[in-house]
Amino acid sequence: MDVNDIIRPENMVYAKTPILTDTVMHYCPGCPHGTVHKVIAEVIEEMGIQDKTIGISPVGCAVLAYNYIDIDWEQAAHGRAPALATATKRLNPDKYVFTYQGDGDLASIGTAEVMHACNRGENIVVIFINNAIYGMTGGQMAPTTLLGQKTATTPYGRDAKLNGYPLKITELIAQLEGTCYVTRQSAHNPAAVRKLKKAVRKAFENSMMDKGTSFVEVVSTCNSGWKLSPVQANKWMEENMFPFYQLGDLKDR
Amino acid sequence: MAVKGAIVVDTDKCKGCGVCAANCPTQTIALSKQVNGKGYNFAYMENPDNCTGCTNCATVCPDAVITVYRVKI
Repeated sequence: MDVNDIIRPENMVYAKTPILTDTVMHYCPGCPHGTVHKVIAEVIEEMGIQDKTIGISPVGCAVLAYNYIDIDWEQAAHGRAPALATATKRLNPDKYVFTYQGDGDLASIGTAEVMHACNRGENIVVIFINNAIYGMTGGQMAPTTLLGQKTATTPYGRDAKLNGYPLKITELIAQLEGTCYVTRQSAHNPAAVRKLKKAVRKAFENSMMDKGTSFVEVVSTCNSGWKLSPVQANKWMEENMFPFYQLGDLKDR
Repeated sequence: MAVKGAIVVDTDKCKGCGVCAANCPTQTIALSKQVNGKGYNFAYMENPDNCTGCTNCATVCPDAVITVYRVKI
């Protein structure tokens, strides 16, 4: 059978969701931000909530997320996305409100905001992209950087005596009474992406059921910051990140 | 029942990261020797006969540039 006989509209089984705009993403080749954007857009399309969803973009590479997902957006000061989301959700309880934050935004400068938003049990979704490095500013050490991991500011590897220990923020969040669903996922292979999609959908559904905050961590790569190719970075993540940041649900009620 | 598939890559937008090729279970996809307008070696079907239209490549593509087609034969 000729390829041209297969490539017909009636045979199409997968295409880009129209919720994603046609703008070419500025992310580096192989960056999981694109994959996670796509997953969120697909969940919004499946749930039919394009006109009812408000996203809060962070400071970091993902600040330009508002160019790529065709919904309403706000842009928060560094780390303050959960505070904006709190106000937005309280004023518009019929809207799906989510924040999209990296580890430099959420686990460092924004720790107080996310902790208190989760402790208050705001009915929002927090999507947390953890790539263990500050990607946008050139690959400096983040709170989540693994011990021994080389970054621009820890060229000989992170040393616990000098730099402290990596922060498992998702474990901290899971202890808070206000959260209803805390999970850690990834987006490096098809199975992981499908699991992530289920988790994001569940989180969005929870936000309408008055159950509390849903927190979805996505263990990610930063191939530019890690100085690896996209495929090598995924492998490095599987070998080094997953033993420390173990995937799975931490809390589900 | 056998299935046959095919993919269409938006070669202008593809950044040639190679994640699709690494996750293709049938070794259908490879990165081309040619480059697109941005200088990236875009993905293409090197072995189109192998494709089963499983959508794994499109699922992991960070830039959503892959469209998948599948027929039962």
